[in-house]
Amino acid sequence: MAEVKRGYVRPLDLKHGRVDMTHGSGGRAMVQLISELFARHLGNEYLGQGNDGAVLPAPTLHGKPGRLVMATDSHVVSPLFFPGGDIGCLSVHGTVNDVAVMGATPLYLAAGFILEEGFPLADLARIVESMAAAAKEAGVPVVTGDTKVVERGKGDGIFITTTGVGVLADGMNLGGERARPGDVILVSGTLGDHGVAIMSQRENLSFEAPIESDTAALNGLVTALMATGAGLRCLRDPTRGGLAATLNEIATQSGVGMMLYEKAIPVKPVVNAACEFLGLDPLYVANEGKLVVICNALDAELLLNTMRAHPLGRDACFVGDVIADDHHFVQMTTAFGGKRIVDWLAGDQLPRIC
Amino acid sequence: MKYIDEFRDGELAKNLAQSIAATVQPGRNYSFMEFCGGHTHAISRYGLSDLLPPTVRMVHGPGCPVCVLPIGRVDLAIRLALERGVILCTYGDTLRVPASDGLSLMKAKARGGDIRIVYSTIDALQIARDNPQREVVFFAIGFETTTPPTAVAIQQADAEGLKNFSVLCCHVLTPSAISNILESPEVRQWGTVPLDGFIGPAHVSTVIGSRPYEFFAEEYRKPVVIAGFEPLDVMQAILMLVRQVNEGRAEVENEFARAVTRDGNLKAQDRVAEVFELRREFEWRGLSTVPYSALRIRQRYAALDAERRFALEYSSVPDNKACECGAILRGVKKPQDCKIFGTVCTPENPIGSCMVSSEGACAAHYSYGRYKDMH
Repeated sequence: MAEVKRGYVRPLDLKHGRVDMTHGSGGRAMVQLISELFARHLGNEYLGQGNDGAVLPAPTLHGKPGRLVMATDSHVVSPLFFPGGDIGCLSVHGTVNDVAVMGATPLYLAAGFILEEGFPLADLARIVESMAAAAKEAGVPVVTGDTKVVERGKGDGIFITTTGVGVLADGMNLGGERARPGDVILVSGTLGDHGVAIMSQRENLSFEAPIESDTAALNGLVTALMATGAGLRCLRDPTRGGLAATLNEIATQSGVGMMLYEKAIPVKPVVNAACEFLGLDPLYVANEGKLVVICNALDAELLLNTMRAHPLGRDACFVGDVIADDHHFVQMTTAFGGKRIVDWLAGDQLPRIC
Repeated sequence: MKYIDEFRDGELAKNLAQSIAATVQPGRNYSFMEFCGGHTHAISRYGLSDLLPPTVRMVHGPGCPVCVLPIGRVDLAIRLALERGVILCTYGDTLRVPASDGLSLMKAKARGGDIRIVYSTIDALQIARDNPQREVVFFAIGFETTTPPTAVAIQQADAEGLKNFSVLCCHVLTPSAISNILESPEVRQWGTVPLDGFIGPAHVSTVIGSRPYEFFAEEYRKPVVIAGFEPLDVMQAILMLVRQVNEGRAEVENEFARAVTRDGNLKAQDRVAEVFELRREFEWRGLSTVPYSALRIRQRYAALDAERRFALEYSSVPDNKACECGAILRGVKKPQDCKIFGTVCTPENPIGSCMVSSEGACAAHYSYGRYKDMH
């Protein structure tokens, strides 16, 4: 008589299976999802502790104690898979970048998943694998996590929240309040790639040359910039709201104005064309792998060369000046030599009618 | 970008600016109305007024489709979505137009209305095909540019026998609006709005051609230069207008010859004539009721007319008392003359329709030019 294996559990059907309510109920199915999918791809010594929280060593920087930096970011992107990336790698890059632009070294990530009942396990596996690859590339392990399942119709497939912890050297500050008149504004590459890649999928528009998201972890590039010892004032990654929103934030925080030069702003021709078509302004479109650098004018050349020597900063360039302005306006000298405001975005960018 | 960058060349703009400066006559003021929101947007976005001599003043006209949409019309659309449970499809900008009770289509959407942004009427038809058990209404707004696609959708739905699709037609006509402005006492009798000429519409003219403007040139002695929406088009048109004024001419000239002919797009005009007929009158925001200035769906396609299908009754709703959109749309006031401009009324919280679309005079000035008021 054949012996029935004790505690035998059929493995997850990663081809045709779907998330169901039991995957979030705290029972065997949940444990199985965690071990066969999350732990398998994201596993490391901390995640492997298997407790409610991860116990981590006190952070140090070059052997000295540093300050903690913590950032969190929720990811609800639609579509989940887009040219150049997916919600998995995006959820790693977004939070790693938020920590890195503080001038900190990102150390650990926590990940919370909200899954919708009926979500294909094959898609979930693809997303977790992509997260694992991104975490590995950035050198920032996922050390703790959480999974919840909501009923069908109560979520949009999958939402991922990631929280990052990093360590910051004593005395280091790259906050948005440090820009001074006379400083210059640099960007690490072309603007608007991520937002247009997403929107061209959403609106079912296909272009001859596919537009890829620029999603990438910027901690390596930030480290290279900091290693120069140059006079960095602030760093930001211009995500939602694009360069315009980022510069308006910094202008308000620092109490300064800014002057951009339209001719200097790098936008890929295909992104420009798509924006023209969709009635969008690339200055307001999201980026996920770009840095805005505000620095002492004397160090601009050094920082530009450093960025250009890095694969993620090849198209780095100067885009504008920080100026004195009591109204804290971000302005732009247009290609025509006229001037205009580059204002905060009002609501969503909606397509114009004619 | 080919066919775009050529018309945004900063060097050529400087040359044109120099030509304009050299052509204006000393001691003479020039006041031109750009009818279209597309031109208003180009002027603000590229900072064109900085390149013009101080004696050349641009007056913003009413040619912004969402700006002239009266509150009562948006109310009808909101009621269809909230009370009749239809899927309401419309073009993007329309969602933010303020309506009664502090609502807009955007806010009605948050209250559960099934309101969807479409890029073309074809998308609205597809939504109707995909949801045969639901009523789908396309909220059709805009000037002659957006009218032919609506006509095509109505004929397509009719041919397919699509039973759940209808159109709430709010299409309006450019020439009637221009007549209304030229007939207004501010222009005709009092001269409080000096108008020396018009920059004629770009996209509208590709459909209706340049012929309809000949009447204005002859009857009202106003030069018209039809221009494309690119900044160099606008600069070139201003130069052409200055020359006409200097030489005492009042003609229709076509700067946008790469897209506009004298007769326009006859096929599109035929389609529009097959599907639509003139309304006896129509309320415009800012211009109030203008006779024969809008279109309605012909009896032949009555089943596809949302107004008939849902027995909608239009009622006029006055604008907010403090709002100067009306005067701004007629060129009588500038955005910064309005008390609530930039204080109560901002792009985040528009009170008047001119603050809604980036083509609206107020939004364009707020978003691109308000630093000039402060420095």
